[in-house]
Amino acid sequence: QQQHEDLSTKKLRLTKPSKSAALHVDLCKATSPADALQYLLQFTRKPVEVESVEGVVRILLEHYYKENDASVRLKIASLLGLLSKTAGFSPDCIMDDAINTLQNEKSHQVLAQLLDTLLVIGTKLTENLPVRMRLVEVACKHLTDSSHGVRNKCLQLIGCLGPVEKGLAKEGESQAAKDVQKIIGDHFNDQDPRVRTAAIKAMLQLHERGLKLHQAIYSQACKLLADDYEQVRSAAVQLIWVLSQLYPESIVPIPSSNEEIRLVDDAFGKICHMVSDGSWVVRVQAAKLLGSMQQVSSHFLEQTLDKKLMSDLRRKRTAHERAKELYSSGEFSSGRKWGDDAPKEEIDTGAVNLIESGACGAFVHGLEDEMYEVRIAAVEALCMLAQSSPSFAEKCLDFLVDMFNDEIEEVRLQSIHTMRKISNNITLREDQLDTVLAVLEDSSRDIREALHELLCCTNVSTKEGIHLALVELLKNLTKYPTDRESIWKCLKFLGSRHPTLVLPLVPELLSTHPFFDTPEPDMDDPAYIAVLVLIFNAAKSCPTMPALFSDHTFRHYAYLRDSLSHLVPPLRLPGRKLVSSPVSPTITPHEDPSQQFLHQSLERVYNLQHLDPQGIQELLEFTIRDLQRLGELQSELAGMADFTATYLRCQLLLIKALQEKLWNVAAPLYLKQNALASAAAKQILEETYKMEFMYSGVEGRQVVIIHHMRLQAKALQLIVTARTTRGVEPLFGMCEKFLQEVDSFQRCFISELPHMQGSFVDKLLDLMPRLVTSKPSEVVKILQTTLRQSTFLHLPLPEQLHRATANIIEPTGESDNPLRFTSGLVVALDVDATLEHVQDPQGTIKVQVLYPDGQAQLIHPKPADFRNPGPGRHRLITQVYLSHTAWTEPCQIEVRLLLAYNSNRSKASTKIPKSAWSESLEALPPSENGIEGTIPFSKPVKVYIMPKPARR
Amino acid sequence: LTCLSFFLAGAGQDVGRSCILVSIAGKNVMLDCGMHMGYNDDRRFPDFSYITQNGRLTDFLDCVIISHFHLDHCGALPYFSEMVGYDGPIYMTHPTKAICPILLEDYRKITVDKKGETNFFTSQMIKDCMKKVVAVHLHQTVQVDEELEIKAYYAGHVLGAAMFQIKVGCESVVYTGDYNMTPDRHLGAAWIDKCRPDLLITESTYATTIRDSKRCRERDFLKKVHETVERGGKVLIPVFALGRAQELCILLETFWERMNLKAPIYFSTGLTEKANHYYKLFITWTNQKIRKTFVQRNMFEFKHIKAFDRAFADNPGPMVVFATPGMLHAGQSLQIFRKWAGNEKNMVIMPGYCVQGTVGHKILSGQRKLEMEGRQILEVKMQVEYMSFSAHADAKGIMQLIRQAEPRNVLLVHGEAKKMEFLKQKIEQEFHVNCYMPANGETTTIFTNPSIPVDISLGLLKRETAIGLLPDAKKPKLMHGTLMMKDNSFRLVSPEQALKELGLTEHQLRFTCRVHIQDPRKEHETVLRVYNHLKGVLKDYSVQHLPDGSITVESILIQATAHSEDQGTKVLLVSWTYQDEELGSYLTSLLKKGLPQSTA
Repeated sequence: QQQHEDLSTKKLRLTKPSKSAALHVDLCKATSPADALQYLLQFTRKPVEVESVEGVVRILLEHYYKENDASVRLKIASLLGLLSKTAGFSPDCIMDDAINTLQNEKSHQVLAQLLDTLLVIGTKLTENLPVRMRLVEVACKHLTDSSHGVRNKCLQLIGCLGPVEKGLAKEGESQAAKDVQKIIGDHFNDQDPRVRTAAIKAMLQLHERGLKLHQAIYSQACKLLADDYEQVRSAAVQLIWVLSQLYPESIVPIPSSNEEIRLVDDAFGKICHMVSDGSWVVRVQAAKLLGSMQQVSSHFLEQTLDKKLMSDLRRKRTAHERAKELYSSGEFSSGRKWGDDAPKEEIDTGAVNLIESGACGAFVHGLEDEMYEVRIAAVEALCMLAQSSPSFAEKCLDFLVDMFNDEIEEVRLQSIHTMRKISNNITLREDQLDTVLAVLEDSSRDIREALHELLCCTNVSTKEGIHLALVELLKNLTKYPTDRESIWKCLKFLGSRHPTLVLPLVPELLSTHPFFDTPEPDMDDPAYIAVLVLIFNAAKSCPTMPALFSDHTFRHYAYLRDSLSHLVPPLRLPGRKLVSSPVSPTITPHEDPSQQFLHQSLERVYNLQHLDPQGIQELLEFTIRDLQRLGELQSELAGMADFTATYLRCQLLLIKALQEKLWNVAAPLYLKQNALASAAAKQILEETYKMEFMYSGVEGRQVVIIHHMRLQAKALQLIVTARTTRGVEPLFGMCEKFLQEVDSFQRCFISELPHMQGSFVDKLLDLMPRLVTSKPSEVVKILQTTLRQSTFLHLPLPEQLHRATANIIEPTGESDNPLRFTSGLVVALDVDATLEHVQDPQGTIKVQVLYPDGQAQLIHPKPADFRNPGPGRHRLITQVYLSHTAWTEPCQIEVRLLLAYNSNRSKASTKIPKSAWSESLEALPPSENGIEGTIPFSKPVKVYIMPKPARR
Repeated sequence: LTCLSFFLAGAGQDVGRSCILVSIAGKNVMLDCGMHMGYNDDRRFPDFSYITQNGRLTDFLDCVIISHFHLDHCGALPYFSEMVGYDGPIYMTHPTKAICPILLEDYRKITVDKKGETNFFTSQMIKDCMKKVVAVHLHQTVQVDEELEIKAYYAGHVLGAAMFQIKVGCESVVYTGDYNMTPDRHLGAAWIDKCRPDLLITESTYATTIRDSKRCRERDFLKKVHETVERGGKVLIPVFALGRAQELCILLETFWERMNLKAPIYFSTGLTEKANHYYKLFITWTNQKIRKTFVQRNMFEFKHIKAFDRAFADNPGPMVVFATPGMLHAGQSLQIFRKWAGNEKNMVIMPGYCVQGTVGHKILSGQRKLEMEGRQILEVKMQVEYMSFSAHADAKGIMQLIRQAEPRNVLLVHGEAKKMEFLKQKIEQEFHVNCYMPANGETTTIFTNPSIPVDISLGLLKRETAIGLLPDAKKPKLMHGTLMMKDNSFRLVSPEQALKELGLTEHQLRFTCRVHIQDPRKEHETVLRVYNHLKGVLKDYSVQHLPDGSITVESILIQATAHSEDQGTKVLLVSWTYQDEELGSYLTSLLKKGLPQSTA
């Protein structure tokens, strides 16, 4: 590494003079502008070092003054900007020159480019106020230029560099710098729309940099809303929004009347108006911004949902109002008659205001828009406003529910998510619930799952509602059996949220009868389990409920509590002891008995250093077993327990390997036995990789221990090889490699070494001088003794530890129908998997396909195939392309997920070059369980396929 | 001041028989050529003889524009072009051109074959008529002749419906035809740019209505169909072959797709099949969703909707059938209705308005016992639903379009007089533009204030803009130049160039003025005082004292001489050219006030 750096610095020094000199020569050689341009273009492609930048700039400037051709000057100007961006170069030395070049420039394009360069210089020197002031002054001077490009750049420069600090602004004595807002504001009326846009953008830029804009700009900005050009309108909407956030409470007059309203309300009305603009870009912009105007008064807000329907000049109620009325009158949807929606009262023609009604119906329009981008923006805005205003949430519910039937899936999904976010504020009416539940039949899995999530946190008002939800969910279950888990989870929350509503339904749901015994339902029926999940979760906070259960229900409870412990809560049942002790929330996790158990068992292992070998082995075996069981029972401790169990297993393997007879006998005689020792070494290596890369939350302290264990495994490997191979030649290399590794270990973890008293490494490092000089055979001997004598390192546990898991949902592996396709062609296999606690899944997750002939195929899924439904969770939905030569009969292939890692460095640097979706067909030895650098971490799924020979 | 007049041959305060004649800057354009569905006599077609007063139509009209394929907008076209006689160009969009003849042929068949009328246009006439049609693309500017140009904008409503801008010079008229400002399942919303026409002719079918969101209606519709199908019932949807039918098909098709439903959907064959074919072709005219997804699948390639056969009506199990015609007055829809009416599991959904006297109207108004032909009584047990899916802009939509286009005058057509009155009042109140709503046969003239374009020479423009500050877009600006009118074109050039072109020599006009000043001092001292005074007052101008004893202010020359009689009076000679008149007169008035009392 260091050598390499040396090399590169040397190279730098060499190129510095040659670079600028070469350019100089080139430019002098250039006979025509086209030539010069060509040289400059070539020059641009090469990087320039920091030290030589100034020299190059001088040469360029020199040439600039001589050049007559505008295009070359333009290129030079742009190069100047590019060069001043070079990291580490301070451009103040070239600023004067750059400003000077502006003086005599005639070409507008070059001028604009030069100003751009100045902008680059200025942004690099933001700390230097005088420089900025000077640049702003220069920009102000050129604001009168007749070309829009130049004015554009000037405004941009002023926006980016204009003085923001209030006190300091006075120091800048020049007139120009004093009031940048006024200067920019003057260009709101520029004749060129591009300049107008730039002016507004500059103003916004000033705002972003912390300058408080004047309120006077508001009226100017309002005029710009009627501009002919969409970019101007779009920017103006933004400006108005900014001002409404700055001065929400100021009072502005309503034109053509004597009334006055708050500025934020006025701005809200104006932006609402823009939701029906002619250009969809503006509409999206407006709809988005509406969401963040939370200070707006509630009656304005509620207007956005009211379109004031009328028919033949008579007031008409919306379908929503009618539905609500129908519901409150206790009547169910009666099937509409013609004229049911007949308008009722007459309205005063004078009072109807068709267009200037401000906020009126803005969201109704936005949600009905032609472009789905606008609709999504409107849904998002609705979501944000509803989150801050419960009454608005209640009102917008009808509209959100309507959006569940949008023609574009993204919009549907977005509105379901929105509904979930605001679900704390709302209770669904039965007719709304009905519409919501209708979407459960959607064929898109994303939609259904989003809907399940939504149902998890909705409030339902009546028991009929719960019943309806259950019926629809069961219908969904029969139609799409793969949704099982998600539906159960949904019912779990539905039950625990509405215990009192579930209670009256229990007899019906369990089909119990006061007099007759009913047949016992099938325990494996997912639908029955779903019902039980609902009931048991409701029963948790409703102690009277278990009285309604029949005998078999209790039996089923016990079974489910054990098999689906994450879905079924512990219940206090009459005549039964609680399965697990009630965990009151006051107890902190550290006092949690299971956590204590974990720590105690670990303590026990560490304390019993000096037991006889047999005893240690047994103790380790027991502890591992305990830990594994603990992990199964306590899902939140699973990661921790697994992690430690793995570590202990490694230790156990090491001990076992060291106790083999082989060490006592002359090497060549026991060729056979060494199988165990070398297998152990190999397995330890594998396990250490798993420990390092498969758990999220592993900290530096654990990494040291893991690496240490790996080092021990490598030592073991070395000893075994030394024992079993004749001759010394191959050992030389191995020994050297091992020693290098010890060295790098020492370098990487030097800070941790004091904690490792008495460990293998500790002892090894003491012996290092001797090791380096001695022969391989001696090294092996030393290693063997140190390995035996070294103590077992204490593994400190981090706060949180989660094991990365993956579960392939699809293909299910249950199908008996082979997937038939013509050999030589490709068949697409849908793969759907959930991943938990995987960091950077896009980079690390691979799909492996194993063919019966031992051929393995590794597929890198596209980054877009990963979805992120929640923190720590990912979902992989991808397609795997299979192909093979013809088979005589169908056979099974295995599909599994792999976690790729880069073994030479830790997780942070695990960046495997992503080659889009390339599939590498790597022929691997079938005996190998995984591929080097990957950990298989999902259960393999078998897929039946049948490549048929092509028909001729 | 020029005038723009329009004459309504149809559609004035009335729905049906759209036919508007616009004369704009000497060009005569006919907008739409529709028939009236309510009449079966001469009144069904516009009275073309009135237009020309016995002249030839081709000579009188510069072009005919058809906005969309509905018969009340194009029904009279073959009669007009073939029987009355018109050989000029007819403009319509591509989809309209494709679908229009199908509908005309259908209309002809019904009138001639069924009703047995004679003296009606023939199939050949329809074909001949279509040969005169020129198809246009959206936003394509078509030059009809050297001055007249037309441009089509998207209008929603039905496939291929367009709004047309007609432009002669600086005067323009926009005709909307029928349009829809809210998108539906297969078409987008109408859109127009800020073209600021002199006149906007807009339909006003729903002048007094503000409609509810479409989503509720769609949801209700789907829910009802879905429930009935789940119950095992049959759903009959009587439709007209084009327009709404496609929208409902798309709606059901996507719903079936989404919900994974299996019940069959049928569509009665014939006319519709042909029309669907065109819908498949003109994907670019549909809405965002269809346009975006057609790469994967053309939405009009229905997966779940199949052609209907008479025998299917008796099949057991649930099904949905679209059948023509829409008002249940005859044909296939009535046949199926009779078969299914007796079962309460079944349902009929009327998606549109029904004329009085039809079976559709009867069942909608709640009749449960219908008397059919042959005195037999049909008891209706099936559910009857009404769902309105209309594709016209409502009052808000009309206002929105006016806001988008910013016209100077608005003309309302295609609506009822009473409703128009309301809208007219609103438009005048909110946009402060004139609004007209003439009746049929009325001619209205409006006066426009056309701007006349003048070419300005670049040199002059540059010179003039360089003098002042940046020109303000909104304010008029004063310039000096010469206006040249030559062969019907206007040019603004610099005086020098004008002189050169006209071969004239330049004359200089100088004003000189004597100002008497009482000053006893020497001449050069006076001059110096004047110089200092002027320098003090005119800070922005270059004031120079020349060695020969004269002063120049810019190009104005001031010389001082002693009065020949009275040495105490000095005569200041001020001389300036015509161009410097402003400054010159200012100077003289300044000097006339006298010099300030010198302190020295």
